[in-house]
Amino acid sequence: MAISLFAAATVILSVANLLVGSVDIPASEVLGIIAGNGCDNAVWETIVSQSRLPMVATAALSGAALSVAGLLLQTLFNNPLAGPSILGVSTGSSLGVAVVMLALGGELGTLFGSSVGGYVSVLLGAFAGAALILASLMLFSSLVRGATMLLIVGIMISYLASSAISLLNFFSTQEGVHSYVIWGLGNFSGVTPDSLPLFATVILSAIAWSLLLVKPLNALLLGSRYAENLGVNLRRTRNSLLLVTGILTATVTAFCGPIGFIGLVVPHIARLLLNSSNHNVLMPCTILAGAAVTLLCQLISVLPTSVGIIPINAITPIVGVPIIIYIILNRKKIKYFN
Amino acid sequence: MKPATPILATYDLSIGYRTGKRKSVVMQDLNLELHGGRLTALLGQNGIGKSTMLRTIAGSQPPLAGIVSLDGHSIEEYSRRDLSLRMSLVFTDRTQAGGLTVRQLVSLGRYPHTGFFGRLGRRDEDVVEKAMEATAIGHKSTAFVAELSDGERQRAMIARALAQETPIIILDEPTAFLDVASRIEVVSLLHSLAREQGKAVLLSTHDISQALSLADQLWIVTRDRKVLQGCTEDLILSGAMQQMFPEKGTGSVAFDALLGDFESPLPTFQGYSLECENPILRHWITNALRRNGISTYGGDNGTIMATAANDYIVNKQGEKHRYTSVATLIDGLRNL
Repeated sequence: MAISLFAAATVILSVANLLVGSVDIPASEVLGIIAGNGCDNAVWETIVSQSRLPMVATAALSGAALSVAGLLLQTLFNNPLAGPSILGVSTGSSLGVAVVMLALGGELGTLFGSSVGGYVSVLLGAFAGAALILASLMLFSSLVRGATMLLIVGIMISYLASSAISLLNFFSTQEGVHSYVIWGLGNFSGVTPDSLPLFATVILSAIAWSLLLVKPLNALLLGSRYAENLGVNLRRTRNSLLLVTGILTATVTAFCGPIGFIGLVVPHIARLLLNSSNHNVLMPCTILAGAAVTLLCQLISVLPTSVGIIPINAITPIVGVPIIIYIILNRKKIKYFN
Repeated sequence: MKPATPILATYDLSIGYRTGKRKSVVMQDLNLELHGGRLTALLGQNGIGKSTMLRTIAGSQPPLAGIVSLDGHSIEEYSRRDLSLRMSLVFTDRTQAGGLTVRQLVSLGRYPHTGFFGRLGRRDEDVVEKAMEATAIGHKSTAFVAELSDGERQRAMIARALAQETPIIILDEPTAFLDVASRIEVVSLLHSLAREQGKAVLLSTHDISQALSLADQLWIVTRDRKVLQGCTEDLILSGAMQQMFPEKGTGSVAFDALLGDFESPLPTFQGYSLECENPILRHWITNALRRNGISTYGGDNGTIMATAANDYIVNKQGEKHRYTSVATLIDGLRNL
């Protein structure tokens, strides 16, 4: 039920995103271009196939990626309020990106004009940053008791990474700082048709890997002691989960900027509508819900067509915060909290 | 008769923690046995190391010395998965499983038996069904774990352990947060599982009277961290229970072998001899008198005759006093 709802929402929102933009293009023409029939107006064809289509794909893939990362973190840390942005994993990726850009002598803004080698090194930098944060979270989770304390530690680590980024910016040029700020607002138009195959391959393989982890994830719902007794190899499972989370968060952050709230909120939307925390169904639902919710945010961001695009990070909290507050207020009644 | 071979045995087992090169030994030289078809209760005071012992026996913590032998092989030779096919564990840990239904929770017990995606075959479904039936949780199979009472939740966790189909089930204080009725239910359930399914069940508990009435075998951790092992009644009659808690000092307790539980020793000021035919009446009058500092193990203060719950005659220095309730009897004895 819920899964077909999310699938339908993803399709409808994808089409809606293709139809809406700063240039008015008739729906029939857009659909014709998508179907491969071509179009007499070369500008329209370029806009749809070179700009809107990659943006829709990027938004859907990023949303799915961040949501899966959030779900993995929530189950791994036994903490329903975990997520890649709140625990600082996104900020860690940003730091990695900033370091690589500065080391390569470029500015953050020039990231998307660079070669495949440039992409790969930026991706690796983002991953190294995410891995650093995830490793320290893992260390702290064995030292501090309680879900709330770990969240606070995550927020503190996030502040540290932010301050390191500020320091790097301090030594950067004015244009560099400006483009970094723009990048930090979140933007799904950064993935060009050239880089989309790389982006999509990395994201889709990591999501496929996460689908292979549903069995141990279900066992982890019982806590690590029960999971171990059921025959789960804790070390290997944890490492896999951290690796997948790192790859997903780092890739999205490197290309689109640190996007907040999606990873935290979407697993909750999926659980609430599904009324289950069984990962066999929750994982596919989270993937689709992530794509749908992010496409919705993207659609809102392009609605005021004449003024330009609203930064995506200005919209995700508007969608996310009410849901999180609802969840916190109702946590006694919500089954998966108890 | 040849003694039955134990399914699990420890040989000179030392348990404890290793930090760097330093070892802190919790218990040592343990030579213990677990047998199929028997309920074994591990008793001992708080903090003495019962959980450490259970963790070591279950293979989640390495021993400091000695071995835990399972079916004739050291458990260190078993892989995680092989162990999960032989031992299932139940803790009192809070889980995040509230969003699973009881059936989904119990199905997780099939984890070591199912394939890569954990899909259940027909036999798996059967085992899950039977496990829920045996623990009387079947009627809640579609309820969410979050909706269960503490007792039902514990039964569901035991059903999960049953679904794992292991010859050994180890439970760390399975009755800790339960009310009296659920405690009795859970321990009786474990007892019948041992009897009917031939499982070796080992549980740690603080519920002495439950353990003594239903456990076939006891492991008593004494105050000096030795473990006394044996048939429940043999251990009680040999006075082993008295070695569980510290001997003297404030708040010390003594085992009452007649009551089958620990009691705080009370000072006695007077002694009477009690004549009473009815054992229930005798038990409760003794209880009331003991609480009021009157011993009934012979005494020169006089005799108390109890013939019915509303008829008590005290004979003291030739004078007879008659009372119609325990309350008036106690008041009367105080003023005599």
